[in-house]
Amino acid sequence: MTEASPGVRERPLSPHLGVWRWHVTMLGSILHRACLMGLYAGALVLAGWAVALASGDQAYGAYVGLLGSLPGKLVLLGLTFALFFTVASNARHLMWDTGRGFAPRTADMITIAGIVFALVATAVVWVIAGQTGGLS
Amino acid sequence: MTGAPAGFRTPLSRARGLGAAKHGVGHFIADRVSGLALIPLSIWAAYAGLKLAAGGYVLAVEWLARPLNAVLLSLFVVAGFTHLRLAMQVVIEDYVEGFVSKSSLLILNYLVCVLGAALGVFAILKVALPGVL
Repeated sequence: MTEASPGVRERPLSPHLGVWRWHVTMLGSILHRACLMGLYAGALVLAGWAVALASGDQAYGAYVGLLGSLPGKLVLLGLTFALFFTVASNARHLMWDTGRGFAPRTADMITIAGIVFALVATAVVWVIAGQTGGLS
Repeated sequence: MTGAPAGFRTPLSRARGLGAAKHGVGHFIADRVSGLALIPLSIWAAYAGLKLAAGGYVLAVEWLARPLNAVLLSLFVVAGFTHLRLAMQVVIEDYVEGFVSKSSLLILNYLVCVLGAALGVFAILKVALPGVL
């Protein structure tokens, strides 16, 4: 009965997704969260790698063989991107924490820069891996 | 319960005492500090991954026997699981409804991350310290 005190107006609702325009900081935020979820699995893959190495030659060979298969390589490719994008996102958020970089144009630019950095760094790492025999 | 029956309480009165758990600042700082540590560690890890991918078992064992590599990889594992536990916690809190399922997933998340970090660090030490462990 005293749920809403008299005199309190209806509060405005946040805009519904259907009338919300896509912008790049939104993509950056969603991508950041998606990458972290991917890296959650990636961290377990890394722990598994260490356990396989500690278990000896055969276990290590089997584990690395799994990672080197086509599905394994695709997972590692995705994890490489997720790792680099998370690095960029963490740097971006540290900058935002200082109160800088919130002007829409700046925020858009550093988010795009993060995506580009992650794409380029991933490409560089995989090209180097191909040249040093890491993909064979 | 003390005070007036629920129906007679104002929204403000109900909010008091049911508000924030006061854990937000600790979570935020742990998230940012682990995130900061992970910037150089991740770049080092990518470099390490390239080296390890080019060799086999023997190279990996020799690589991990070096103190710097063993320590940095351990830190990468610990900082990574710390950061990811916090990230997963927020996702669970955002998307999972219901006290029991939410609490269960939060506990599971915590235990998985502690287990992953413990397994990773112990395995690293076992390779780095042959004959000791």
